[in-house]
Amino acid sequence: MSILASLAPAIAQTTEFVRPAIDWHAFAPELVLLAWGALVTVIDLIGGERTRRFMPSLTGIGFLLAMIPVLTLWSQNDDLPRVLFDGAYMVDHYSLVLKGIFLVSAYVIVLLSSNYMAEGDYYDAEYYQLIAASVLGMLVMTSARDLISIFIALELMSIPAYLMAAWRKSDLKSNEAGLKYMLMGVFASGILLYGMSLLYGAAADTRLVEIADAIDTGETTPIFTLGVLFTIIGFAFKVSAVPFHTWAPDTYEGAPTPLTAFLAVASKAGGFVALVSVVLFAFPHQWEIAEPVMWILSALTMTVGNLIALRQTNIVRMLAYSGIAQAGYMLAPLAVYSKVPDLAQSSIVTYLLIYAAMNLGAFAVVIIAARKTRSGDIESYGGMFRYAPGITVAMTVFLFSLTGIPPMGGWFAKFQIFNALLSAETTAATVLAIIAAVNSVIAAYYYLAIAKQMWFLPAPDGDHSPIVVPPALMAAVAITVIVTIATGSVGVGLVGDATDFVELLASP
Amino acid sequence: MIASTLLAAETTADVAFGTLPSLILVPLLTAAVIMLLPASRADYVKLAALIGSVITGAISIYVLWHFDVADPGFQFTAQREWISSLGLSWFLGIDGISLFLVVLTGILFPIAILTTEPHHDPKPYHVWIMLLMAGSMGAFLALDLLLFFLFFEVVLVPMYFLIGGWGHGNRVYAAMKFFLYTMAASALMLVGIVSLVFLAAGDTGGATFNVIELAENHQLSTLASTLVFLSFALAFAVKVPVFPVHTWLPDAHTEAPTAGSVILAGVMLKLGTYGMLRFGVYLFPEVVFDLGWIFMTLGVIGIVYGAAVATMQKDLKRLVAYSSVAHMGFIVLGIFALNSQGMTGAVVQMVNHGITTGALFILVGWIYERRHTREIAALGGLQKSAPLMAGVFTLVMLSSVGLPGLNGFVGEFLILLGTFSAARWWAVVAVSGVILAALYMLWAYQRTFHGPAVGENATMEDMRLSELFGILPLLVLIVFLGVYPKPMLDRIEPSVDALIEHVEERVTDFYEPEPNEVERVGVTGLIEAAEHGESGGEGEEDH
Repeated sequence: MSILASLAPAIAQTTEFVRPAIDWHAFAPELVLLAWGALVTVIDLIGGERTRRFMPSLTGIGFLLAMIPVLTLWSQNDDLPRVLFDGAYMVDHYSLVLKGIFLVSAYVIVLLSSNYMAEGDYYDAEYYQLIAASVLGMLVMTSARDLISIFIALELMSIPAYLMAAWRKSDLKSNEAGLKYMLMGVFASGILLYGMSLLYGAAADTRLVEIADAIDTGETTPIFTLGVLFTIIGFAFKVSAVPFHTWAPDTYEGAPTPLTAFLAVASKAGGFVALVSVVLFAFPHQWEIAEPVMWILSALTMTVGNLIALRQTNIVRMLAYSGIAQAGYMLAPLAVYSKVPDLAQSSIVTYLLIYAAMNLGAFAVVIIAARKTRSGDIESYGGMFRYAPGITVAMTVFLFSLTGIPPMGGWFAKFQIFNALLSAETTAATVLAIIAAVNSVIAAYYYLAIAKQMWFLPAPDGDHSPIVVPPALMAAVAITVIVTIATGSVGVGLVGDATDFVELLASP
Repeated sequence: MIASTLLAAETTADVAFGTLPSLILVPLLTAAVIMLLPASRADYVKLAALIGSVITGAISIYVLWHFDVADPGFQFTAQREWISSLGLSWFLGIDGISLFLVVLTGILFPIAILTTEPHHDPKPYHVWIMLLMAGSMGAFLALDLLLFFLFFEVVLVPMYFLIGGWGHGNRVYAAMKFFLYTMAASALMLVGIVSLVFLAAGDTGGATFNVIELAENHQLSTLASTLVFLSFALAFAVKVPVFPVHTWLPDAHTEAPTAGSVILAGVMLKLGTYGMLRFGVYLFPEVVFDLGWIFMTLGVIGIVYGAAVATMQKDLKRLVAYSSVAHMGFIVLGIFALNSQGMTGAVVQMVNHGITTGALFILVGWIYERRHTREIAALGGLQKSAPLMAGVFTLVMLSSVGLPGLNGFVGEFLILLGTFSAARWWAVVAVSGVILAALYMLWAYQRTFHGPAVGENATMEDMRLSELFGILPLLVLIVFLGVYPKPMLDRIEPSVDALIEHVEERVTDFYEPEPNEVERVGVTGLIEAAEHGESGGEGEEDH
């Protein structure tokens, strides 16, 4: 009794807690997706088998619904940036563009998955719910400006992916994929958390801007240096940068192919967003530590990724290594972020946008081709122009985009990277640009090898029966082809304007 | 100087807007139309391609007709903002240097489509040809550095598919080699372009890819401009190709389908030499002045080496391919001679080489179609079974050798003249290339058309009338440009002179070493004098 009485003032005090004003509109994309995801789960619980076949469409609609508030927020240009939760959460152009990229990518991945999951006798309802959860993590990631929310977003994004990587339960390779991915992911999270705790210890705050300010005023301590390094390495695992990439090829090959597309595009992009946010907002004054690390990571990642990709005979593994190499290009602007923060940021987002379109498209073609050939061997693509000219042309668009040949989007992505690097006007940056240029030639070889198979060489088994393409996959290919071509030709100006984030770094 | 004339041209540009873009858009639209046609109707597909390319060619003739001879600057300019924050724009224009290359593109494509037949899949074949036409036109018209680079890269893709899909024998290997070689060389060019733009941003008032503004204003340090120039030069050198980076060319030419070879030799190689003039000499006159001797030397090596290797070829098409290496060496020599005769000659030679080598490839293609071999040893005595073809071949071959009175002479003579006044000994060695050309060409002709006709050679079908009609425009040009090159020179010279003036402005210790005679009679007068004096002597060679 007496204890309660003594606690009374304290209790009275806590009841005075005032709920912070929440900008519901700014938070709407996440809320819509959360509510819809919950609704879909409930429908699945009640409907069971009867509603199973509606799951992909329902999930896809959820992603499109979440697009609506993103668009309305974008249209209210003058109100941006909107700050929530005392600066821990921010809605600005940068985060909105990324939200758009994630939602559309997720929609395309649902299109890629629907036939694969329905025909493969998997637990498909849960698969879509997990995708929705993971995408929710990505949406949160784009706006997170606080170590804790970044970490929560990262885990929300990753944990469903661990499960999905092992979705082909009866296949040992898939089990291996899930296990490897989870062990490496958890290991990376550990390193990341350690780094974050060091940062918090040094700055006494978890908000990125506050960390930047705290260190700006004081000397850089060894603790802080370690914190920066561990944080970067933690993210390097997530974006599969060399030498922290070893999980990626096995995981990609073993996981169900639509999920591989998800990992290679959306998950990787999520990791990049976190990395960019932390480096740009929290370490603006620590470039002396971060830039050389990024330089080395970038050069290693693109070179090693490309060299190993040259030797691949399985197309999914090849795309995995090519994705590693592409991550190397995306890391490059971070090697000069102190000189040109705005260009570094916008070039990475541009690259993510175009990379998402062309890579998802390539995976869509891989899934379509596998429906006929039941194989991932590059040789099985022989003669495809004879019996599937449309698919061949689409794949050619993606391959030349990945190579960086105009008018496909890839050239603009690479051009923006060069822009960021060379506008820094330092020798180190120029050298990195030259390494990237040389790498794009190495990459051309293995991308062209696929085009060569499809166009010039005969079908390995002489089977010229056409491929039946289900409407969902057709739609996925159509969307990605249009985006890939538009971002390199008529839409270049649009992409340039949308990723022009100059105002962002000036504002607190 | 060029900038001021450009400003003057801009006021009248409104009327002409659309002319140059249509040179790119018409082939592009034609490609789209062909894609919609049924694949089973090969005749429709070819007809559509022919119509599209003829319309484009007609527009290029229209441009030629309305080209203002007195204006050395860029005409018909069309400019639209593209990405303003990056300083990119759709900036097209034409001057005396690019004019005839555009017309050449407009003429060669219809002829290549008309005179050759793909042996399978006519629909994608013609789509690629039309995309190639759009890309080539764009590259010659672009005055925005990045836009040029984009077109320069774009043309690789259709050519890759033409060689790999419709070529002969080792086609896949040749296509890969072609693509990787040229792409590897141009990869660094993009780094060079972006570096140039940022390094010059202070001088040009903000980042811009506008070639004119960059050329007039940039103040790069010697080291920086040398490095950027080298990144450009490598890309162009591979495209030309300059010895020792020419090895992709014989493979690509030999394995490519006839139309591919015609366009490759006639149009795409010119992208390299055109790039050297427009983006090498124009942007980096200081570096070109310092390092020009390297390229002149490589050009001379190319002339002698190409000729020597051509002499030894057993394959008729490969022989023509190596003769290209020699002829392109002349063009490089003329460009880096850095004087009016040399450069004018280089531009003339670009056009002439396109006409002559294009015609040669068409003829070789016809022989291959009939005899299914290109082995010189397997041919012989064709003169008896195909007298018409032998006659046409003689004319084209003599033009390639550089016989006075035919077009090949004009360019080579001007180049040698220019080189002689700039670097005497280079010219002396280069002249031997002319003699070697006579050797390998006449010898090849002799072995192919003379002698007894054995086996299938005796019964080979002569040129059909439709074929003669197809190649006739080229034959007319060969004679016309040889006899009366004045209209062409009149249009090329002012722009070349403006370019040299620009070099003189930028390079303090450079002045154009001009022989007095040239000042007196002008380039045209010199040509006429030379032809009257020499045509009797060399004319006997062909009997």
